[in-house]
Amino acid sequence: MIENIFYPLIGGILIGVSSSTMLGGLGRIAGISGIVGGALTKPKKEDLWRFAFVGGLIVGGVLLRILRPDLFNYKFEFTALHYIVAGILVGYGTRLGSGCTSGHGVCGMGRMAKRSFVATMTFIMFGMLTVFVKGALS
Amino acid sequence: MMQLGISFISGIIFALGLVISGMTNPDKVIGFLDITGNWDYSLMFVMIGAISVTFVMFKVLTKKKPYCGEEHFLPTKKEVDKKIIIGSALFGIGWGMTGVCPGPGFVNLATNESAAFLFIISLLVGMILFKFTESHWS
Repeated sequence: MIENIFYPLIGGILIGVSSSTMLGGLGRIAGISGIVGGALTKPKKEDLWRFAFVGGLIVGGVLLRILRPDLFNYKFEFTALHYIVAGILVGYGTRLGSGCTSGHGVCGMGRMAKRSFVATMTFIMFGMLTVFVKGALS
Repeated sequence: MMQLGISFISGIIFALGLVISGMTNPDKVIGFLDITGNWDYSLMFVMIGAISVTFVMFKVLTKKKPYCGEEHFLPTKKEVDKKIIIGSALFGIGWGMTGVCPGPGFVNLATNESAAFLFIISLLVGMILFKFTESHWS
């Protein structure tokens, strides 16, 4: 039980720390979909931080994979079409809904924003519904 | 320059948090969303850990100017509209389909799996599609 929740809790705290350094450092919300979506314009100097943050995410992943390959011991087991459709839904949906798990779930909920609370409940519920329907169909 | 450094380091810490917490593992995420099956509640503690930090830190940090900036870029919208509901629902469906949301999607590029790249390319396509259709939503 304790080991089960220990790593999620520690990881969550690190995510909270990262979000706090972004707000305290740049005054920005560390919402991944917002950071990425805002970078999809003509390249501007004031948007460079967006590339730096996403670069950090990717470099962090690569470094961790080198140091602790055991933490990446999972497979992407669905068909290519799955990842294409899901990717488009996630990209489109997070922009339409102004945020994802990080922007709404961590930053917005931390600010007690009603919109983020509704968004988080909605995507978790639809995520659960999708897993249920997929399970029922297979 | 300082802004870019803070963003890059924050991105790395964010990646570390996502990997340690288990959020990058699609099987774990699907287990969390599978409430009618063998529900794995542990990822709830990622949100608890993260929000406990942002809840306190955001209150403290918004009292003064950001370290590297003149203002805080915080969402000002208050009302819950159909965009946030429909967008979050679409995101939830995509999330449930594969167990990948935007942050873990970028970190998972480190796995060098074609599914990870397909997901991120499709996510960017979805975001660009939104830019082209944005005016239809208001």
